Amino acid sequence: MTTSEPKERKGLQLDGILHFLALLLVVVVCVFPFYWMVTASFKQQAAILAPTPQFFFQPTLQNYVNAFTKFDILKSLQNSLFVALVTVLLSLALGTPAAYAIARFEFKGKKGIWFWFIANRMLSPIVVALPFFLIARNFHLLDTTWALILIYLTFNVPIVVWICADQFRNIPKELDEAATLEGYNSFAIFWKIALPLAAPALAVSAIFSFIFSWNELLYALILTRTEAKTAPVVATSFMSGYELPWGLIMATGTMVALPVIVFSMIVSRQLVRGLTAGAIK
Amino acid sequence: MKAKTEKKTYSSGAWFFLAPAVIVLLFVGIFPLLFAVWNSLHQFILPKVHSQGSFLGIWPLFDAPFNWFGNYLALLTDQSFREALFRTLIFLIINLPIQLVLGMAIALLLHKPGNELMKKIGRVSLVIPLATTFAVVGLMGRLMFNLDFGVLNYFWSLIFGHKIDWLADPNLAFVSISIMEDWQWTPFCALILFSSLTMVPVEIEEAARLETEKWWHVLWKVQLPFMLPGITVILILRTADILKLFDVVYTMTRGGPGSATELISVFVQRIGFRVFDQGMASAQAVVMLIIATILSRLYVKYVYKEI
Repeated sequence: MTTSEPKERKGLQLDGILHFLALLLVVVVCVFPFYWMVTASFKQQAAILAPTPQFFFQPTLQNYVNAFTKFDILKSLQNSLFVALVTVLLSLALGTPAAYAIARFEFKGKKGIWFWFIANRMLSPIVVALPFFLIARNFHLLDTTWALILIYLTFNVPIVVWICADQFRNIPKELDEAATLEGYNSFAIFWKIALPLAAPALAVSAIFSFIFSWNELLYALILTRTEAKTAPVVATSFMSGYELPWGLIMATGTMVALPVIVFSMIVSRQLVRGLTAGAIK
Repeated sequence: MKAKTEKKTYSSGAWFFLAPAVIVLLFVGIFPLLFAVWNSLHQFILPKVHSQGSFLGIWPLFDAPFNWFGNYLALLTDQSFREALFRTLIFLIINLPIQLVLGMAIALLLHKPGNELMKKIGRVSLVIPLATTFAVVGLMGRLMFNLDFGVLNYFWSLIFGHKIDWLADPNLAFVSISIMEDWQWTPFCALILFSSLTMVPVEIEEAARLETEKWWHVLWKVQLPFMLPGITVILILRTADILKLFDVVYTMTRGGPGSATELISVFVQRIGFRVFDQGMASAQAVVMLIIATILSRLYVKYVYKEI
C-alpha cells in the first residue's frame, strides 16, 4: 500500500500533464490560423513575404486604411450588414408563427412541411442559384441587396423554425388554456404569451440567421456585380493577379470573420443546435 | 363532439400561422427548383438564348430549344460530371472518418475529469474554426500553404529540409483543401459528441470504470451507445455539407490545378456560370436535388423520429 500510493500519484500526475498537453494542442491548432491571419493583416507586405515567418514585427494599420480608402470596403460591409439584418427581421417575422404552428397544432401536411424545412438544410445552394439567377435577371433584381435577402430566406426561415419550435413546445399548454378563458384569441396567445416566453430562442435564431447571411458567398458571387457586393465577395476578389495584396486580403478577411466569431462565442452553447437543425441539444 | 370542433379550429389556426412562411418559401424556394427542372429539359446556352418576356409576369420565357431528356442522356456519358461526383465521394470517404475520429478524441479529452480551466479554453477555441467565414478559411489556406512564405511550408522545411508547392500539385492541393476542411469541421464533430457524452449517466460511467481499467472498454460498451445519435447526425449532415462545399475550394484553388479539387458544387457552378450551359447545369442540379432529398429522408427517419 505504502509503496503503490506514490507510484499511483505519479501516474496520475503524468496522466494530467498529458491531458493538459493534448488540450493545449487542440487550442493551438484551432487558434493558430486565425491568429496568423489577424497578425498578417497588421504586417507590411515585406513582412508577410519573408521566407522565415515573422512572429515579431512592426505593426501597421496601412492595410486597413487601404481597404477603406482604395477599395471602399465600407460599402460592402454596409451591404453585408443590411442584407443580414433585413434577413434576420424577415426570417423572424415569417419563421416564428410557422414554428408556433408546428409546435402547437396538429394539421395535415405537418410532416411534409417539416421535411421540406430539413431538405432546405441539405440542398446545395448552387441548385437554387442557377434558376434564381435567371429569375432575378427577369425581375431586374440582379446586383441588388433584395435579391440576396429573398434567397437567404430559403435557409434562414427553416433555422428560425427549428430553433423556435423547440422552445414553443416547452411552454406549458395550461397557459394557453388560461389565456383562452381570459378571452384571448389564438393570435393574441401567440403574440402576447408565447412570443415573449420564447425570447431566448428568438435571440439565438436571430444570431444564427445573421451568421449564415453574413458568411454566405455562393449566392452573393452569382447575384451581385458591383453595387450590391457583400464583404465576403470583396474579400475573395483580391485573389487574382501576379503579386497578391496579402495584407489587404487578410485585413478584409479579419473584418469579415471577426464579428461572426464574436457572435458565435456568445451563442456557443447553442451553436451545435443551430448547426444540426435543432437535432442535438 | 366538443373535442372534434376544437380540433378543427386548431387546424385552420395552424394554416393562419404557417401561411406567410409557406407562401414566401414557395416563391423563393420551390419556384426556382421547378424552373431548374424546366430548364434542364432545354438546350440552354446562356449567351445564345434571348429573353421572351414572361408568362403571367412571373415565369421567365426564353427561346431555348426544348430537347426532352437530352441533357440527362448527355449526363450519363459525361465523364467530367462523373469524375466530379467521384472526387466528391473520395473527399467524403477520406475526410469524414478523420473528422469523426479526431472529433471523438477531442470530445473524450473535454469529457475527461481534470484540467478544468484548460477544458473551458478548449471549448471556446473550438468555436473559432467553426465560426470562421468559409470563404475566409480558404484565404487562410492560401496564406499558410504558400510555397515561398507559407508558415506551414516553413515548419515542413524545418522537419523535412525542403518546401512543397502544396497548391500546384493536384494531389497535394486535394490534401490542402482537406486539411482546411478538417480544421473547420472537426470541432463540429467534437462539440456534438461532447454533448452526447454529457448524456451518459454518471453512475453508469463510474460503475464501468470500477469494473475495467481500460478506457476503450468504457468507450465501446458505455459511451459509444450514447454517441450513436450524434454520429448519425454527423454522417448525414457532413455528407450534405460536402456536397454543398464551395466557398473554401473556390477561394483556395478555384477547383484547380486542372480539375483536381473541383468538387461537385464547384463543378456545377463552372458549367452554369463559366461555360454558360444552363440546361446541362440544371440537369446536374436536379441530380444533386435528388441526392439531397434522399439525405433528408434519412435524416428525418433516423434523427427526427417524431416532431
